[in-house]
Amino acid sequence: MNAVPLSWYLTLSAVLFALGVAGFLFRRNIITVFMSIELMLNAVNLSFIAFSYQLKQVSGHILAFFVMVVAAAEAAVGLAIILTVFKNRATLNIDDINSMKN
Amino acid sequence: MEFIVISLIKAAVVLAVLLTTLAYLQWVERKVIAHIQVRPGPYRVGPHGLLQPLADVIKLITKEDLMPPHASKLLFVAAPFISVTTALISISVIPFGPAITVAGHRTWMQLTDLSMGVLFVLAVSSMGVYGIALAGWASNNKYALLGGLRSSAQMISYELPQSLAIASPLLLSNTLSLRELVESQSATGSVLSWNILHGPFPQIFSFVIFLISAFAETNRIPFDLPEAENELVAGFHTEYSSMKFASFFMAEYANMITVSAMAVLLFLGGWVAPWPAAYGSGLVPTLLFAAAGVIALSHGLRPARRRDRYSLPVFGIVFLAIAVLFLLPVVQGWLLPLFWFLAKTGALLFTFIWVRGTLPRFRYDQLMGFAWKFLFPIAVVNLLVTGLLVAWFS
Amino acid sequence: MDGILFLIFAVVAVLCGINVVVQTHPISSAISLIGVMGSLAVLYLLLGAEFLAVAQVIVYAGAVMVLFVFVIMLLNAGAEARKGRSFMVQLLGVPLLVALLGLLAYFVQRLFPQTVLVQFGKFTGGGAREVGRALFTTYLLPFEVTSVLILIAILGAIVLARKELE
Repeated sequence: MNAVPLSWYLTLSAVLFALGVAGFLFRRNIITVFMSIELMLNAVNLSFIAFSYQLKQVSGHILAFFVMVVAAAEAAVGLAIILTVFKNRATLNIDDINSMKN
Repeated sequence: MEFIVISLIKAAVVLAVLLTTLAYLQWVERKVIAHIQVRPGPYRVGPHGLLQPLADVIKLITKEDLMPPHASKLLFVAAPFISVTTALISISVIPFGPAITVAGHRTWMQLTDLSMGVLFVLAVSSMGVYGIALAGWASNNKYALLGGLRSSAQMISYELPQSLAIASPLLLSNTLSLRELVESQSATGSVLSWNILHGPFPQIFSFVIFLISAFAETNRIPFDLPEAENELVAGFHTEYSSMKFASFFMAEYANMITVSAMAVLLFLGGWVAPWPAAYGSGLVPTLLFAAAGVIALSHGLRPARRRDRYSLPVFGIVFLAIAVLFLLPVVQGWLLPLFWFLAKTGALLFTFIWVRGTLPRFRYDQLMGFAWKFLFPIAVVNLLVTGLLVAWFS
Repeated sequence: MDGILFLIFAVVAVLCGINVVVQTHPISSAISLIGVMGSLAVLYLLLGAEFLAVAQVIVYAGAVMVLFVFVIMLLNAGAEARKGRSFMVQLLGVPLLVALLGLLAYFVQRLFPQTVLVQFGKFTGGGAREVGRALFTTYLLPFEVTSVLILIAILGAIVLARKELE
């Protein structure tokens, strides 16, 4: 077992993305939903880098780097929003935060 | 196959030397702090307290191992494990000297030379934050949780000025590999080509910023508010006893050794002597050890305390033997650079201990304000000026 | 050797990914997500992306996930309450999950039948030098725009998370 076809990496990326989508749709805790989004972004990064290997270019790495940076910025702002929502509604269950009126 | 065998031997040697050094670093710290406070320090367990670390290890192993009720068992046990593992892994890329030839095999005094050695050390030290955060969480104790949160917030805040202070000498040396860093500072073989004094912009500011961030990263005084015994009931390691507690302290000393070694490699020229060997820098270790041996012997002849009548002359003879060892040409090729590296790292570790005995500690809001409002802008300006000058003059 | 490493870390990544979605307490999900990111860093190394692998550990596993762990600890988020599930759901859950993932893998393999073989060391263009050169020449505009984006994110986070001055 010395070399692995690239399609296996793409399969892994698809499986992780599907797991992220499942977590995003089925979980009720807002922080777990957020972590499923991060899982989806990681899966996409893997697929960018796999194609960068196939085409022997560095552009895939650069795009994955930008995805990482944007994900970090989004995590910061998203967690600040979660903190504010928790301060106002005292719950982390997204089923209970479904109306603008208190 | 030969590579695997040599690597295993090197790993075993580094591990043995490192674990002994960790134990004896604690002895050195206690002696130095004691002498700063004009008292003898550990003195009775073996000659001059040299067996004190052994006594401490026996005490810690035989203590009762408590686990607080309703604590998350898996995380409680895993947290010191993560701390120690990340602290010991970062030693694996540090070069201790140039190439040596042992029994016909030529190898470097380094476990592995990664092309991204500097980033590897940064990555492993950012994973070390988890050991402390999870220790605070898993203890099921408000004080431990607050201490753990404060300590990890401090560590990630000081990672920023540390990374910027690391980036500045990298602009001068133009490489991320630790071995090539030292080779880029050995151009004239003297102190003038060390990164701290060389190049269009001498890296004195980044050295100071790196050292201050290193104090904060390793949770040492003056930045040890989250783990001090009289604040927050000892912070994140309140509920830990016996070997888990010892693991946290081993991790702290190993982190100290890593950041001192990184400072030496980045700024102080690694294993390059301060002046070239042609002008006699090869005699410095001999003279130092011979002087130490003569002083020990002369004190041994007129001892201040009765116990010293036998121990000091023995130490004197050992030091004189080491001084003679440095004169043998067969070992000078690798022993001299190793001596310079260890001497510089030792000087920085002594500075760590010296500062611990001298300065009071920062309050938490002063500590965080110092990182974000003072160190970080200065590190950014330093990087900017270094980059501009390097681009101008190249 | 590459194949064995890929198999081990791919299995670890998938198991940790399933754990992220399945665990009730957010801190277990967070630690499993750190496991996913670590295994992905090793897979990036196998694909020759050394700078990205180290950046993944420093930025993602070492900073973003620390942020998540902090928020979970500060909010003291407890475990989610599991509402009653019928026996049929519990019986069919795991096999259906495995069947779904297997179907997905089969369709992806059908889509990409002939791809290159991945060998460690074949692609050397992923080091810091090449990534830096591309980042500062071809992709300079996106680089500067992302730095403005980070500045906006910092301002937003500070404004949202500070105490109200009443």
